[in-house]
Amino acid sequence: MSGLSIENVSMRFDLPNGTSVQALKDVSLHLNEGELMSVLGPSGCGKTTLLNIIAGFLAPTEGEIVLNHHKVVGPNAERGMVFQQGALFEWMDVRDNVSFGPRMKRQKEAEWGEYVDHLLAVTGLAEFKDKAIYELSGGMQQRVALARCLANDPDVILMDEPLGALDALTREKMQGLVLKLWKETGKTIILITHSVEEAVLLGERLVVMAPRPGRIHKEYRLPFADMGVGADLREVKHANGYAETREEILEMIWDMEEEIMGRTEAQQ
Amino acid sequence: MIGFAILLVYIAIFAGSFLAVRFLVRKTTRDFTALKTVTFGDESAVSANRIASVVSVVTIFLIWGSFTGSAWVPGFLHAPGPFVGDTSFSYTSEAPDGRRDDATVFVRVVGFGEPTEKFEVDPGAGFAHDDAVSMPASRSSTILFDKNDEITRKDGAHIIAIDGKPIMPGGELRTDAGRFVLTEKGAISFSPPAGLQMEPIWLPPPERVVERVVEIASEGYRGSTLWQHLGYSLFRVIAGFFFGALLGIPLGYAMGLSDWFRGWFEPIVEFMRPVPPLALIPLVIIWFGIGETGKIILLFLASLWIMAISARAGVSGVNISKVHAAYSLGASKSQIMRHVIMPNSLPEIFTGARVAMGVCWGTVVAAELVAASEGAGMMIMVASKFQLTDIVLMGIILIGVIGFGIDILMRKAENFLVPWKGRS
Repeated sequence: MSGLSIENVSMRFDLPNGTSVQALKDVSLHLNEGELMSVLGPSGCGKTTLLNIIAGFLAPTEGEIVLNHHKVVGPNAERGMVFQQGALFEWMDVRDNVSFGPRMKRQKEAEWGEYVDHLLAVTGLAEFKDKAIYELSGGMQQRVALARCLANDPDVILMDEPLGALDALTREKMQGLVLKLWKETGKTIILITHSVEEAVLLGERLVVMAPRPGRIHKEYRLPFADMGVGADLREVKHANGYAETREEILEMIWDMEEEIMGRTEAQQ
Repeated sequence: MIGFAILLVYIAIFAGSFLAVRFLVRKTTRDFTALKTVTFGDESAVSANRIASVVSVVTIFLIWGSFTGSAWVPGFLHAPGPFVGDTSFSYTSEAPDGRRDDATVFVRVVGFGEPTEKFEVDPGAGFAHDDAVSMPASRSSTILFDKNDEITRKDGAHIIAIDGKPIMPGGELRTDAGRFVLTEKGAISFSPPAGLQMEPIWLPPPERVVERVVEIASEGYRGSTLWQHLGYSLFRVIAGFFFGALLGIPLGYAMGLSDWFRGWFEPIVEFMRPVPPLALIPLVIIWFGIGETGKIILLFLASLWIMAISARAGVSGVNISKVHAAYSLGASKSQIMRHVIMPNSLPEIFTGARVAMGVCWGTVVAAELVAASEGAGMMIMVASKFQLTDIVLMGIILIGVIGFGIDILMRKAENFLVPWKGRS
């Protein structure tokens, strides 16, 4: 089965005081090539841990990640990552950041130059390609991060709240860009977010995770991502079923948060 | 006394110029800060007032000139000088048989640095004869009034009054001529009014320092020209810093990247860091002598720990997202070192380099004070032994100017090489 498989992954952190935290328990998922899955959940449900395991930065205590029939054993260029902030290289200009991956593979500019310039154009960075990173706004910096990831042509793109630090307007524009790039490149994307609205809007599939231990609570298949490609995302928000789905998931997460709070209060 | 007067003058100029500038100079800037209604407590609204800076520097030179009687400062601004010229006082001596006689002491007070000159006066009548004394300004002089008297202290005569005012041995008396103290043995200790000016031996006027700069720049001092002295000091600093950085930066990287290196070197670095480099001077002299090697090794040690710690801080300061991003973009370990960790640590390393250069410059001067045959520190040390205060001052000023210049150069280099510092 090609695609990305998360097979019975569990993660337990042993704390110095002798106790341990079950961050993930028995998580299994399969993503086909080209699927966009958004992951939601209250804080502490293990979303970021799961992403770090898929990226190869963490080894799970049980289970494994299989990408195109190969077991994942560490980070590599197959799985690109887009971070929330601060992962760009300030000492390089925009174009050098975007072309970092190909350059590290010692490819000649003839091999990547055209594609990198294309990505810069698609992300609206063409005229900023010689600018320093610190001269760009937060939204532009995230566009550089997206382009940098795509320039490396990974099989899977892992996004860890890539739009979390942006203002509402920029965020909306960037959501459109993510959808556009997803359709254009046909990449498999896992998007972690805190925003229910964003998850419902962008996720072809949507996974809600529950905490303590981190596990998959509920999975959805949603039509809004397809509707949103090339369309006005505001229109999509008025589409049939969007508001209901959003409210349902919001309530689900709200209940989980309540439960966590209750448990914490009971402990005190 | 003089110090107190200087402090008062300084405070007066500080407050006076503040008020004057307040009333006379209107703020002409129309920048954002000028529109702020609340500036007290808003640090960003405080920028150095350049008028104050200029007045401050001028004030220092003005006070320096006025309290040293500088030719550059107009005479009416001079602090009262010491009494120079001819003065006289009379004393009344009483012989053992109760006879009394008055005599006059003529005193010729000569200015700073001028030779005293002997002169003669008519001894006058009576058993106490008039005296002639020459003395330097601003000093006290013990006057053996009875050397030419017919009845001396040995014979039992003693002074009972000066200028008609009674005085006992051990007593003190002030008249218009100056201050008198009668010693226990009965001699007169006379101090003419000292005024408020400093003697050149304590503080020479600014023009003397400038003359010295010109003189030593052209003729040299102790076998080397001024530029050679300063060049030696600079060369030692640069060589010591260069080797310190050459070893310290890789050491810091290793400590930031490997647990074995960190465990191995941490006790050494943490122990050596608080040891002031000056405390190493004696050991360095014992081991390497007072030549160039010893000095460069001392400066090497002074900069090594600073550079190692800053390089380690640069490595640990790297945002882990950057490293993760580089890994997931397919970079190898050596590529991450070369393209992520090294450039990311540059701002910290530059901060360390600025500190290290400052410490090295201070240490080289101190090392040269202890022992050297050339160098800025040696120059002022030797000069101080001969009480050539002007050379000492010149050296201090040049050391300050060069240290300031080094820091400015480092900051310029920093802005050019690490423009992203503090902006990410």
